[in-house]
This record gives sequence, structure tokens and C-alpha cells, in this order.
Amino acid sequence: MVLRTGSPCLEIEGLIHDVGPIAAEGGRMKRVLAGVDLTAYAGQVTVLLGVNGAGKTTTLECAQGLRRRTGGVIRLLGDDPQTAGADLRARVGVMLQDGGLPPSARPIALLKHVAGMYRNPLPVDELAERLGLNQFAGTNIRRLSGGQKQRVALAAALVGRPEVVFLDEPSAGLDPQSRQVVFDLIHELRTQGLGIILTTHLLDDAERLADWVAILDRGHIVAEGTVAELLGGAAQAARRMTVRAPSGLDLAAAFAATAPGIDVRESPAGHYTIEGELATTHLAALAQWLDARGIMPSSLELGSRSLEDVFLGIAEASAAQDSLAATRAHEAEGRKVETA
Amino acid sequence: MSTATSLSGRVWQQGRYETLTMLRNGEQLVLMVVLPLMALIGLTVTPFLDGLGPNRVDVAAPGVLALCTMSTGFTGQGIATGFDRRYGVLRFLSTTPLGRAGLIAGKTVAVLVVLAIQVVVIGGVAWLLGWRPAFPGVILGLVLLAVGAAVFTALGLLVAGTARPEATLAVTNLVWILFGVFGGIVMPSSKLPSQISGIVGFLPSGALGDASRAAFLHGALDIQAAIVLIVWGAAAGLAAIRWFKWN
Repeated sequence: MVLRTGSPCLEIEGLIHDVGPIAAEGGRMKRVLAGVDLTAYAGQVTVLLGVNGAGKTTTLECAQGLRRRTGGVIRLLGDDPQTAGADLRARVGVMLQDGGLPPSARPIALLKHVAGMYRNPLPVDELAERLGLNQFAGTNIRRLSGGQKQRVALAAALVGRPEVVFLDEPSAGLDPQSRQVVFDLIHELRTQGLGIILTTHLLDDAERLADWVAILDRGHIVAEGTVAELLGGAAQAARRMTVRAPSGLDLAAAFAATAPGIDVRESPAGHYTIEGELATTHLAALAQWLDARGIMPSSLELGSRSLEDVFLGIAEASAAQDSLAATRAHEAEGRKVETA
Repeated sequence: MSTATSLSGRVWQQGRYETLTMLRNGEQLVLMVVLPLMALIGLTVTPFLDGLGPNRVDVAAPGVLALCTMSTGFTGQGIATGFDRRYGVLRFLSTTPLGRAGLIAGKTVAVLVVLAIQVVVIGGVAWLLGWRPAFPGVILGLVLLAVGAAVFTALGLLVAGTARPEATLAVTNLVWILFGVFGGIVMPSSKLPSQISGIVGFLPSGALGDASRAAFLHGALDIQAAIVLIVWGAAAGLAAIRWFKWN
């Protein structure tokens, strides 16, 4: 159970962000964020999930005060990040998507420099130890691998003992081992009561980390909730079975007698997805049908709906809606702002 | 719970960091110390500046010190800031307690510290070559060099904040050479070809060169040059505030 009460560490209401004018679009402004609402709480990991270009980074940059918003309200620890000063910035840690680290610096020296901006920073040595930075302490940041840079950037975001941290694509470029280190650290920070807001386009990250997921698509939050809520009761009911067998089989016929509500698709060839409220009778029916024809499937898998299904479903629905809206917008005259 | 260190502490921290970064960069050291030293020695052993002051070095040293402000503020900070912008360093640092204003202040501190080092090194060599500027003029000259450093830093940041870093690198180096040779900074306008001698006084390079020479040579304030400098500084500063892109 995730409590969404108490005082939030970040509140975003009706956030609008326009960029431009864009020459390629006839000198019009482009609406990147079209009214984003998002609330994040201390002691929770809030995941902003979306495909590339959905507006995740823009949302974070508005919340960090790096971008001037076109409209809406943002309260970060009660203050407006756009006008707040050093006192607010001292309570907020930021890890940018591109790292933001000077290539000619060495990791530990850079961390000590950043730590110098805070009155009571974390001991740099401990942080370096924890994130395994000592292995490459003497190497210029320019020469580090993507994953090593990510870990330095994470350390730089945490060195000031923030109450809220923004992590833009924290697992990008990480090998499985560093990913585990980073995820463990995120869990620990959450336990310590930090509010963590992170973006990802990886559903697996969201499933593993999130207390609360907000799905951003084309500048709108199109769905939000806990992972379990987003999966819905569907997690139990709408189960799926995938079967690999020779192509062209009429597997639907296997269920015709016992359960008309079962949906069978073959895509790609020889790869069957069977969805519906599956029960043992369906397994038996399938086995019987295959047995009667002497067919042994090369693979048979049972599973529940994944966040990916939810995500793809929402993205498709929203794309359809948007193309409808765009058609209408083109018909309407004199509109300067594009929402698509 | 964390709090920020004091504003002065943050600015000093950033200034120290940027100073060390500038001093560790070999190309920048060449631009900031080696080339000005070559200019100083070159102008002292050749007759280009004859007839403008008691000794060649008396005319050469103030101009070379003015050149130093252009190396450090314009070319040096311009290139460094351009690449910091490309790599997101400006954005990251502006999310720390340092902030944007602190970042600019830190860069200014670094430019002034490096300028002080240049004054000691170049001034020291000039001293060995016989340079003996009079006392009140030295104070005025140093103040004008600091003003010049601010003007050139504003211009450097304007380029860095609006162009790609590769373009910034090319433009600031090219301008450094053009202003250095034809801009009236080390060669007074009276020694330049007649086609350009009339306009160099209105360039920031010519104005700072004239102002620096008037101060160190004659202990006098060149009012016109000072006004030209301040106008350039104000224009560049306002333009940078208006058009500087942080990302």
C-alpha cells in the first residue's frame, strides 16, 4: 500500500512548456508539455515513464528550475524552483541525463569541489567507496565508460545530502552489476526518507523501483498509479499464454468448445499469443488439441500482463486520440499552438 | 538536511576550481603567458614602438598587459565556457547551491586571479627589461585592466553562450589574433595603417590599449577610451544576459 497523503516534496500542476519558434514547423511554437500534473512524496520513488521525446526530461528541467515554464504551478519542497535560491538548491540533488560533468576533471576532485558548495556534505571518500569510484579515481572523466560516468554523476547528485533527488535515466549505460549497485542505493535513499523522482523509458526499471508510476506521453500524463494498480486486477485475471509451434495452426479451434472468450493471435508466424481468463481447462483443451494432431510445441509459457502491455496499450490509444485531435486542429483556423 | 555554504564561499570555491582548470590547460597557458611574453620581448627588441615613450618597454608593457585580459577573459573563458555548456556542466552547476549567478561570479574571480598572475609574470619580465611605471598610474592602470577583463569576459561569454563550442574556439582565437595585431591593443593606432587607425579607438581592444598606455605611461585617464570600454562592457553584458543559452 502506497500512501499518497501528507506533504508532498514535489507538486506539479498544469505544467505547460512551449519551445520555439520552430522554423521547420512554419515558425510556430511547439507545445512539449501540455498540462502535466504530478505529485511526488518523500520516502517514495516516483517514476516518470515514457518513450523518448515524451517530455520526461523537460518536466524534470522545469522542476529543477533549469527551464522557464510557459504555464502551470510547480512547488518543490514548498518553493517555486524558478525563483528559489541557494537554500532550496542545497536541498535538491540533480543527476542530468548527459551527466553534466567536466570531461577534463577527475572524479574525486570534482566531487570534492561540488561538496564544497554545501555546509554539511557527505564524506566524499565514503560515497566514492559505496559507488566504486575509487577504481578509476585517477582517470579523467573524458576517459570513463558510460556506466562509470553515470555513477560519478549520481555521486555528485547525492554529495550534498539532498532531501529530494532527480535522476534522469539513471540506469542508462549501466552494466548489470553497476545497475544493481545503483538500484540498491536508490532503495536505501528511499528508506532514509528521500523523495526520489526518476525518469526511464525502461519498463523493467519502473517495475523494480517505483512506488508510483506516471506514464507521460506527448506532453500529457496518460496514466498513473502503483505498478499493481496500473496492471490492474488484470494481473490475476487477464493472463496470457504464449506458444511456439509450427505456423498456420488454428489454435482458436482448440478453445472453441470450452471458452469462447479466449483471444488467439499468431504474430509472427509460429508464435501464438493466447489471452483471456485462462484456467486449467484451457491448458487441458490445448494439450488435447495438440495431442490429437501429434504436435509438440517447442515452447509454452504462462504469464500475467506486464507493465509493457499497459504502456503500449496506453501509447497506442493516446496516439490514436492525438491524430484525431491533430486533424481537428488543422481544420480549425488561426491556431498558433500545436498540441501534437 | 543540508544547507549551502555562504555565497562568498561558493563563489571562491568555484573561482579556485576554474583558476586551477585554466592553469592546468597547456593551450590556455600558451595563450595567457607564452604569447604575451613573446609579444613583449618582440616589441622591445624591434623598433615598431619607437618615439612613443621613453623606452620601448614603457609602451609595450601596458599594451601586452591589455592583451593578457583578452587572452584570459575572451579567448580563455570563451572556449572553456563553450565546452562546459556543450557537456552540460553549466546546467549541472546551476542546480547546485552555486547557481547561475554564482557560476558567473566564480568565472570572474578566476579571470581576475589569472590576470593577477599574468601581471606578476609579464610585469616582472618587463621590469627586468627596464620598465619602471610611476606609482599612481600603476593603480589606475590595474583598475583599467580589471575593467577590461570584465569587458572581454562578457564578450567571451556572449560568444560561448550563443555559438557552438567549435565555432567559439575558432572565433575567439581569430579575433584574438586580429585584435592583437590590428586592434590597437599592443600597437597604438598611430602606428597602424591609416585605413584602420581611425576606427581602432572604438574597438574594445583599441580602447583598452589606449587607456592602459595612458595610465601606465602618463598616469592619466583616457576618458574617451574609458567610455568606449564601458559601453562595450554594458552592451556585451546585456546581450549575454539576453541571449546566453545554458543548454
